[in-house]
Amino acid sequence: MMLGIVGGRVYDPCNGRDGEVADVWVKDGRVVEAATIDRERAEIVDAAGLVVMPGGVEIHSHLVGAKVNSGRKLRPEDHRGNERVRAGAFRSGVGGTVPTTYVSGYLYSEMGYTTIMEAATAPLVARHTHEELEDMPNLDKGVFITMGNNHFIMQAVSEGRPEMARDYVAWLLKATKGYAIKLVNPGGVENWKWGKNVSELDDPVIGYEGVTPRKIVETLAWVNEELGLPHVPHIHGINLGRSTSARTTVETMKTLAGRRAHYCHLQFLSYGEGPRHVNKGEAAAVAAAVNADPAMTVDVGQIVFGQATTMTSDGPLQYSLHQTAGGRWMNDDVESESGGGIVPITYKRTNPVNATMWRTGLEIFLLVEDPWRVFLTTDHPNGGRFTSYPQVIRLLMDRAYREETFAGIHARARKGALLPELEREYSLYDIAVITRAGPARALGLETKGHLGVGADADIAIYAEQDDKEAMFAKPRYVFKDGVLVARDGVLVAEVPGRTFYVAPPYDPAIEDEIRAYFERAYTVAYENYAVLAGDVAGAEPVACG
Amino acid sequence: MSTVLEHVACPFCGCVCDDIAVEVDGGRVLKVKRACTSGQGVFMEYDPSPRLPRVRGAEVDWDVAVAEAAAILDASDSPLIYGLSSSASEAQRKAVALADRLGAVIDSTSSVCHGPTGLAMQAVGEPTCTLGEVRDRADVLVFWGCNPDQSHLRHLARYSANARGALTPNGRGDRTVYVVDVRETGTAKKADHFLQVAPGCDYEVLTTLRLLVQGGEPDVDVVGGIPVADLTELVERLKACRYGVFFMGMGLTMTAARQLNVAELFTLVAELNAFARCSVIPMRGHGNVTGADQVLTWTSGYPFAVSYARGYPQFSPGEFSAVDMLARRAADAALILASDPGAHFPRAAAAVLEEIPTIVLDHGPSVTAGHATVLFPTAAYGVDAAGTAYRMDNVPIPLSQVIETGRPTDEDILGRLIEAVRP
Repeated sequence: MMLGIVGGRVYDPCNGRDGEVADVWVKDGRVVEAATIDRERAEIVDAAGLVVMPGGVEIHSHLVGAKVNSGRKLRPEDHRGNERVRAGAFRSGVGGTVPTTYVSGYLYSEMGYTTIMEAATAPLVARHTHEELEDMPNLDKGVFITMGNNHFIMQAVSEGRPEMARDYVAWLLKATKGYAIKLVNPGGVENWKWGKNVSELDDPVIGYEGVTPRKIVETLAWVNEELGLPHVPHIHGINLGRSTSARTTVETMKTLAGRRAHYCHLQFLSYGEGPRHVNKGEAAAVAAAVNADPAMTVDVGQIVFGQATTMTSDGPLQYSLHQTAGGRWMNDDVESESGGGIVPITYKRTNPVNATMWRTGLEIFLLVEDPWRVFLTTDHPNGGRFTSYPQVIRLLMDRAYREETFAGIHARARKGALLPELEREYSLYDIAVITRAGPARALGLETKGHLGVGADADIAIYAEQDDKEAMFAKPRYVFKDGVLVARDGVLVAEVPGRTFYVAPPYDPAIEDEIRAYFERAYTVAYENYAVLAGDVAGAEPVACG
Repeated sequence: MSTVLEHVACPFCGCVCDDIAVEVDGGRVLKVKRACTSGQGVFMEYDPSPRLPRVRGAEVDWDVAVAEAAAILDASDSPLIYGLSSSASEAQRKAVALADRLGAVIDSTSSVCHGPTGLAMQAVGEPTCTLGEVRDRADVLVFWGCNPDQSHLRHLARYSANARGALTPNGRGDRTVYVVDVRETGTAKKADHFLQVAPGCDYEVLTTLRLLVQGGEPDVDVVGGIPVADLTELVERLKACRYGVFFMGMGLTMTAARQLNVAELFTLVAELNAFARCSVIPMRGHGNVTGADQVLTWTSGYPFAVSYARGYPQFSPGEFSAVDMLARRAADAALILASDPGAHFPRAAAAVLEEIPTIVLDHGPSVTAGHATVLFPTAAYGVDAAGTAYRMDNVPIPLSQVIETGRPTDEDILGRLIEAVRP
């Protein structure tokens, strides 16, 4: 099958193309040289005047698995009014803050996204995550595996045996068909199982002598480097949402100074002590730390006013949110590994805390100088729905819209805000970087986020409009592996996706140790724990090293 | 030559014990080790002999049965798909796809079991944990309206009261066990404290416990048949514990206040967390009823009692739950999968199943299968079919195929029906 997208303005930052008019040729799902195409037989899309970008790449979203599904179950009221009707062979379902799997696939597709990363799965329930991913079409996927409170790793740290942690992590990624190392409140979730938390990087983790959040972060960063994983350690640090978060975030960044790491949903971790129990936004300090160290990347976790469902593996955070917000609270402690919780929330522009979060996120976007190191996320569904991305894009590209929205937020959140002074407007090129090229590069996905020869033919084509929200909400055409899957923002085809995973080599001697550990530590047999490649539809290993 | 398969998972109940050894030879199970008597039955009493499907009692080949079943579904204005709980999640996903395709109502055995638990979770949330946390950490256990000693035979030994874990090396000796029930059950006999609640009075006892946790003082001495002094002792024990876990069953979900009972318990557990870590785990029955909830939720947004009649999922227990659909004669055909409503439903509902055309997928005989218009003798997941089951704590566990019989799976048949019905 051959396809030519001709005459479009191509925004392909990986290949240095900033809106230049060019043709993109596709054969068998890949971008190819023009010379290899028989133009008589190729399907031609006239893209004259249109904006051509690689398909969107989502670096951090909670879409599938145990926690997300609990969130779906918890919120029937959130589904109602957000139903999606069955259309021919396309499945029905519900949208809202925690859409059903098919609907998530369709909605991303209709927004021009073609690759997503599920941001957190406890290893024990990775099988569940992969089952849901099979029911989420039109996307290539990967899964981050939570390791920041893993007993085996903390034991290795305590015993001063980092190589044991390294071999275990390699085994664990293979066993879970995971893509990256995820840390969530390292040490804090384990302490939560004792009713406590951590608040400093050098706080002790109960039951693990000498283990601290700092040591867990350092060890897993070293493991990540040793294994040569395509992505970097993906870090949700300590103190999320607290008035100490900016300080400990910067301290965490300094701990890993000069080393590659990704700090996720940074907005939630950029606060200082403010008057009257309203946290002060510390975007300037945190962005300065990001700007100072070119080895790191971040995503923002922008909040969007309206309904959200907070869900993280950060059990103690979710409990404190429950205490603050009241209402429903879900908690799930996962043996030997992890935890998590869920609290529904509504972000209001008239609430000083929420409004401060909103403008702090935007300030981070505008103060981090290098778009290759700051990515668009709402930490869906924590800060807002992924379907709000076009709105966030408009806020970044359109200063007048930003000012108009800013004028309507709570006065106490406006006070001391940097936002009015920030004149920067993102360009289409910048947007292509923060939603495609940058995340793909940070993830080490070589066939994603660009339109050079050899890239997967994941392509989104937009009609340029002054209203950038409208423009990005409904792409004219979306291609997945060269197949037209959405047109004018409406799904037209369902295709299966790949699941990327890593399987770095390890010393097989570790398996005996893990097997013995399983006898003590798990209620599931070692033999039944691993998800096999054959269990995962479209499983595709990504090279390490 | 016999072979012993180790680490086999048992699909019988929500414990999904995965340490079973099964000795097989020539397509037959010879011996089963470590399983409870229920689990023994799953493997030992399985009849692996080849069977053909039946249409109105007469044997037919598979293609004919599929065509007959598709004709029934195509002719139906309001089909009901029910059961799911003893099947694997792979088949459950197909069942939901079929319901979506047909515009059917789909419901699982949850609606006559822990459905109210789901409603309570939607109302107040649910602080929970996996069974390994119970084994490793819990020093106080409360079994409320459930009796694992007779329903989940290895639960106490493997996961809860007697299990030895990291912080509970002495097993039973490291725990204090309470049972709240209307009669002295087997579990109650093994407990340290049995609190006998008067039938129908769970809600007021739970409310009193919440009051006591907040430091309130009831102005009565006995609530729901239980001395307040005993409730006070329980509350003090929980507030001072390392990790407390409640298990709850149909003594709460299927009596008087139903979901209000459960919501009160879940709220009590949430509030206890201000003093000590506490969790609650619903004692789910069928081997993969938890998977049915999971699959329905990720595909429809709702855990049971879902109607696709309007082309999108709607959730309405009491309306789209199978008992109510049948008793109101709102279903004009039914596909029953891996359950036996003919034996277990109230008469007014079960009787309707004998009148409307039914398609039944089951690996063994049942009352429902006996009345089937079209009967598909499918493989049993965990015995002659591999699949996935979710344990009562939502941990997914692979089920093995321990013998090969060549029977189609539920997933196979449902997949064929999806292809065969009118698009």
